[in-house]
Amino acid sequence: MSDQVYLLLRHREIPDLDRLEVYRQNEGFQGFEKALQMKPADVVQQVKDSGLRGRGGAGFPTGLKWSFLPNNLWPHYVVANADESEPGTFKDREILERNPLQFLEGLMIACYAVQANTGYIYLRGEFWQIAAWLDEKIAELEQAGLLGDRILGTDYSLRLYTHLGAGAYICGEETALLESLEGKLGQPRLRPPFPAVEGLYGKPTVINNVETLSNLPVILGKGNSFYRQYGTDRSPGTKIFCLSGRVNRPGNYELPLGRTFRELIYEHGGGILEDGKIKAIMSAGASSTLIVADEKALDTPMTYEMTDALGAPLGSASVIILDETVDMKWLVHKTVSFFRHESCGKCTPCREGTYWMNHITRRLNSGQPNPEDVELLVDVAREIQGKCLCALGEFSTMAVLSGIEKFRSDFNGS
Amino acid sequence: MNAFHAKYQTEIEQILAKYPPERKRSAVMPLLFLAQRDDNYISPNELADIAEILEMSVTDVASVVGFYTLFYDQHEGRYRIQVCTDLPCALRGAETFFEALCKELGVSSGGTTPDGLFTIEEVKCLAACHRAPVFQVQGDGEIAYYENQTAETALQVIAALREKAVQEARSREGAA
Repeated sequence: MSDQVYLLLRHREIPDLDRLEVYRQNEGFQGFEKALQMKPADVVQQVKDSGLRGRGGAGFPTGLKWSFLPNNLWPHYVVANADESEPGTFKDREILERNPLQFLEGLMIACYAVQANTGYIYLRGEFWQIAAWLDEKIAELEQAGLLGDRILGTDYSLRLYTHLGAGAYICGEETALLESLEGKLGQPRLRPPFPAVEGLYGKPTVINNVETLSNLPVILGKGNSFYRQYGTDRSPGTKIFCLSGRVNRPGNYELPLGRTFRELIYEHGGGILEDGKIKAIMSAGASSTLIVADEKALDTPMTYEMTDALGAPLGSASVIILDETVDMKWLVHKTVSFFRHESCGKCTPCREGTYWMNHITRRLNSGQPNPEDVELLVDVAREIQGKCLCALGEFSTMAVLSGIEKFRSDFNGS
Repeated sequence: MNAFHAKYQTEIEQILAKYPPERKRSAVMPLLFLAQRDDNYISPNELADIAEILEMSVTDVASVVGFYTLFYDQHEGRYRIQVCTDLPCALRGAETFFEALCKELGVSSGGTTPDGLFTIEEVKCLAACHRAPVFQVQGDGEIAYYENQTAETALQVIAALREKAVQEARSREGAA
C-alpha cells in the first residue's frame, strides 16, 4: 500500500537491509553513533521528548521508564522483550526476521542511555531460528567494532546475548520474564519493587519491546521533529498494526498512529472475507475489550488515547476482525481457554477463575448449558478483576464481560 | 565432569559464558533445550546432570521442565506436529484443518502415529496469525514453521519427514 510509512519495516523498501553493509549505506548505526557522542542523560531526555510510548501493549512513555533507574545501584541491565505471544500479534517477528540490525541498533541505544554493559534478548522458544540469526548478527557487529569493548574508540563497552523461552505466554509480562531469565518458573513478581530499581539479578533493569526499541535509531538518527511529524501529539510515530481474522488481506501494516480502523480494515486489509459484514473489533489481541464495529468505531483514530472514546485500549495493536459469522459465546470460549492454559498458577483468582470460566464457557457452547450460566460467568469474571498479581487475570475477563454486555443475544438461549 | 557435560562440553561452556558466574541457574533453559536435541525428550539422567552442573536440586530443574510447554520428560513422537487453533487462526479455518490432519493420520488430538514418528497436538498462538492455518514441527533439535497450509500440503511435509526417517534407518542398517 502506497501510504504506509516505513520507519520500522524499512526492509520492504530496501532489499538486503539485513546485511550490515547495506544497513550502513542506509543510515544504519547513525543513531547509535550520535548517541555515543551525547551524555547518556541527554539521550534519555531526547527519547522522553520524542513522546515514544511502549509498543508491547501498555503504551508507557519509554524515556520516562528509563529515567526511573537509580544511578547509585550498578550494574544496569537492558532486556529486549521478544516473547511475542499475544494471539493476533506477529509484528516483532517480522522486524527480527527482516530488519534485525535496526532492532539491535535500538537495543544498543537503550543500553547506552542507561549505561548498561550487558543486554539480553528474551525470545519465545519458537523463535529458535531467529535467535541463531541474531547471534550471527551480533558476532558480525563485534567484528565491526560496533559491539564489544571500547566501542568506536569510546569508553563504552557492551555485550548482547540471546536467551530462549520455552512456551509460556506469561513470560511476556516483564517480571515473569525476569524470573524466567534467572532460570526460574515464569511467574510474576510482587511489585513494588519495580524492575527499574530491582530487576534482573536484583539490579536496575529496563525491559522494552522489540518494536519500541526499533524506533530508537529513527529518533536518534533523524531527530524528534522528523519523528513527531508522524502520529498525534500524544501518540507520536508510526505503529505496526497486525491485522488478522475475517479480512481479505491479513498482515502487518505500518501506519502513523491516528489513522482510522476503517482505513486499516477496508483500504489496507481489503475488507471482510466473502463480502461479509463486520461485527466487532479486538484491538489488543485476545486481551481486548470487544468493540462493536459501528460507524463511530470505524471512524475512530487508532491511538493510545482512543481508550477515552471507545473504552478499549489500543494495546499491542493486534487487530482481530470479527464478522457476522462469529458467535460471541464461541469467541469467549476461545479466549478463556487460552488464558486458562497460560495462567501461571501463582495467584488464586487467575488460576481458579480462568479454570472455572473455561468450564462454564465450554458448557455454554455444548448446547446443554445451565440456565444461570451466563450470570455465573459474569460473576466469576467480576471476582477476578482487580485481584490478580499481574495483568493476565484481568485480560482474561475483557472479552467475557464486554462480549456479554454488547452481544447479549449471542448468549441467550445457548 | 558428568556424561551430559562431557557430551556437549563446548556448547555448555558457551552457554554459561552468557550469564554472570554466580548466576549459573540462568542457563537451565538453554541446557534443557540442549538435552532435548537428540531425541526430543529430557531423560532422568540428563535432568540430574544439568542439576549438578548448575548446582540446583533435581526437583528445581524438574519444575522448570514441568512449567514450560516446550520441554518434555516423556518419550513421544520423534516429531511433534503442533497446530495453532487459537482465536485468529480458528477464524481462518485452523480447527477444520486440525481435524482433517488428525483424520488423515488416524490419530486423535495428542496421539502418536503407530510408527512412533509423529505426535499431533493443538498449541497456543505461534505469532503467525496472518498466515493461518499454520503448524510447527518440533524435532531433531529444531522448530520449523509451516504457514498458509492445507491438509494436502501438511501431509506432504509429513511424508517428507517420514521419508527422511526411513532413509536414516536404512543407512543405519547398511552401516551395521
